[in-house]
Amino acid sequence: MTPELGDVLLEVRDLSVEFPTPDGVVHAVDGLSFSVRRGETLGIVGESGSGKSVTNLALLGLIRGARISGEAIFKGRDLLSLSGDELRRIRGKEIAMIFQDPFASLHPMYRVGDQLVEAIRVHEKLPAKQAEERVVELLAAVGIPRPRERFRDYPHQFSGGMRQRAMIAMALLNNPDILIADEPSTALDVTVQAQILELIDRVKREFDIGVILITHDLGVVAEVAQTVMVMYAGRSMELGSRREVFGTPLHPYTWGLLESIPHVDQKVSRLVPIEGSPPSLIHVPPGCPFHPRCPHRFTPCDKERPEFRDRGGGHPEACHLSADDRVRLRAERRARLMKVAV
Amino acid sequence: MAAYIVRRLFWAAFVVLVVTMLTFLIFYVMPPGNPAIRFAGKAPTAETIAAVEERFGLDKPWYEQYGIFVKKLVTGDEWGWPGFGFSYDTRVAVRDELIERMPRTIFLAVGAAVAWVIVGVTIGVISAIKRGSLLDRLSMGFALFGVSAPVFWLGLVALFLFADTGGGPEWLQFLPGTGYVPFSDSPKAWFLHLILPCLVLALLYAAFYARMTRGNLIETMGEDYIRTARAKGLSERKVIAKHGLRASLTPVVTMFGMDVALLIGGAVITETVFNWQGVGSWVIRATFDSNLPVVVAVVLVGAVAVAVFSLIVDIVYAYLDPRVRYQ
Repeated sequence: MTPELGDVLLEVRDLSVEFPTPDGVVHAVDGLSFSVRRGETLGIVGESGSGKSVTNLALLGLIRGARISGEAIFKGRDLLSLSGDELRRIRGKEIAMIFQDPFASLHPMYRVGDQLVEAIRVHEKLPAKQAEERVVELLAAVGIPRPRERFRDYPHQFSGGMRQRAMIAMALLNNPDILIADEPSTALDVTVQAQILELIDRVKREFDIGVILITHDLGVVAEVAQTVMVMYAGRSMELGSRREVFGTPLHPYTWGLLESIPHVDQKVSRLVPIEGSPPSLIHVPPGCPFHPRCPHRFTPCDKERPEFRDRGGGHPEACHLSADDRVRLRAERRARLMKVAV
Repeated sequence: MAAYIVRRLFWAAFVVLVVTMLTFLIFYVMPPGNPAIRFAGKAPTAETIAAVEERFGLDKPWYEQYGIFVKKLVTGDEWGWPGFGFSYDTRVAVRDELIERMPRTIFLAVGAAVAWVIVGVTIGVISAIKRGSLLDRLSMGFALFGVSAPVFWLGLVALFLFADTGGGPEWLQFLPGTGYVPFSDSPKAWFLHLILPCLVLALLYAAFYARMTRGNLIETMGEDYIRTARAKGLSERKVIAKHGLRASLTPVVTMFGMDVALLIGGAVITETVFNWQGVGSWVIRATFDSNLPVVVAVVLVGAVAVAVFSLIVDIVYAYLDPRVRYQ
């Protein structure tokens, strides 16, 4: 891992989340392990329904009707075994969360400033005046002009980018250790997206926190994450530093993801989609969940589930392919891609 | 805001005029029979009919009659202001009878409204929070019953069970039977007489409001800003009370204003069952009798109530939902 990262803030081990439904049990998250350090941005990437959001909602106790197992050690305590009330005191104070759609994330009928003040006063008995001062300070810190006036505005008077800035300010009010950002830029214009990502990166450094960034957009991860976890069907396919995952990706699913995004600077005339669609989480394919869509599947793939482990090099993944095969197959794919370009 | 209210009041006056004119038209273009014949006594002669027509002003064309009506409404008539003319039936001033009957209907409507809002919203909220539980199912069962049970049947059953004039078990008969007692006669009797009709009238609305509140709250609790409120670390009680209810009860306010306004125009069935001498039972009899002045007066009161309440609702709504305020 990159050396400048600080102490481990959150250590998740073997996290599983299941939803019993009338149609069967939905295996939303299955055996997930990862950690977040101070100063680190962990990017969690995957298609819709791959369990990215559920993972983080489960950590904070924000989903109902689910069976959750595993461990999530935060400051010596297991988040998953805390009572609702204990977890509530951590939410918004030590672990804060922002969401995808800033248009819907703020209550339309309360002033933005009041909603932020509320976030302070849930956790701290602070006089209203002081709480207001801190909110104005934070609004200024996230780049909202004339924060004292905007304090009295309603959400609909804010633009999308401003609302997301306000959400980030809200998340930072109580000096958290971890910020979970669930698709924070997806609903915004491209230029605003970049600003928001930059802001998250800046507050990560200024506030010295760890960030979990959930996104379906590999480009976003490439820009701001130090560590990347690739998820598929509720499982971790690959976990490594940004350089490892983008430079020497080990899992065929990651290969597919990388080949399916456009690059401005690469001569690729055609994007290669991953054939098929993600599996039902009620009937997850046996063996490797990706095998029905994997062009490199062989004998054990549809029977044995590949273990998610480090096969040397500190870059754990879950695939049956041997190291040599991977190098060969990846080279072949790249050659084919280039031929298409010519 | 002031300009808006003035504009709305002018608009309301216009609507009231149109509504009364339509009422005139309905009675003259599609007459159920010449009212003059009805009120000219047994075996009327052509002369008496003509005399009655002249007395009632029915000999003039409808627009002239309407003109006279509007003029008297604005300037008053021999019984005072506003002039509504006299009832064909009793030859008593409509204005005086209206003033006597109006409070009864208002007490009934307001009493019922208070009851149904408290009961309906409470049941709706509990039902939404405990969604899928036995309590929820019982509540929604009650709501289905309330929505489907006809008021006249409910009224009769309630009278049978609870009124001292009914035939139910004796220990249940702690309320008086039908009729209205003025507050000035006996506040206690006034209140006791009010209970049954208010509750019967409230039941239908309570059921409806329970379902509406439940639906709205369930929908609101799925909103992203509720997730934000939870992510802040707010207790579930606060999430529901401050964030959920605020958004889900706003549409209920609109409904409430309109429902009360419509009841001011008369709770016809309830008033009839409980022999409640309000405007509802009055107007229904007047309609059958072609007693035009009474019908027009009550229609006008109803129209004014709807116009005024919808204005109040709009103003309240602007305070509840800032998005409306700034448009």
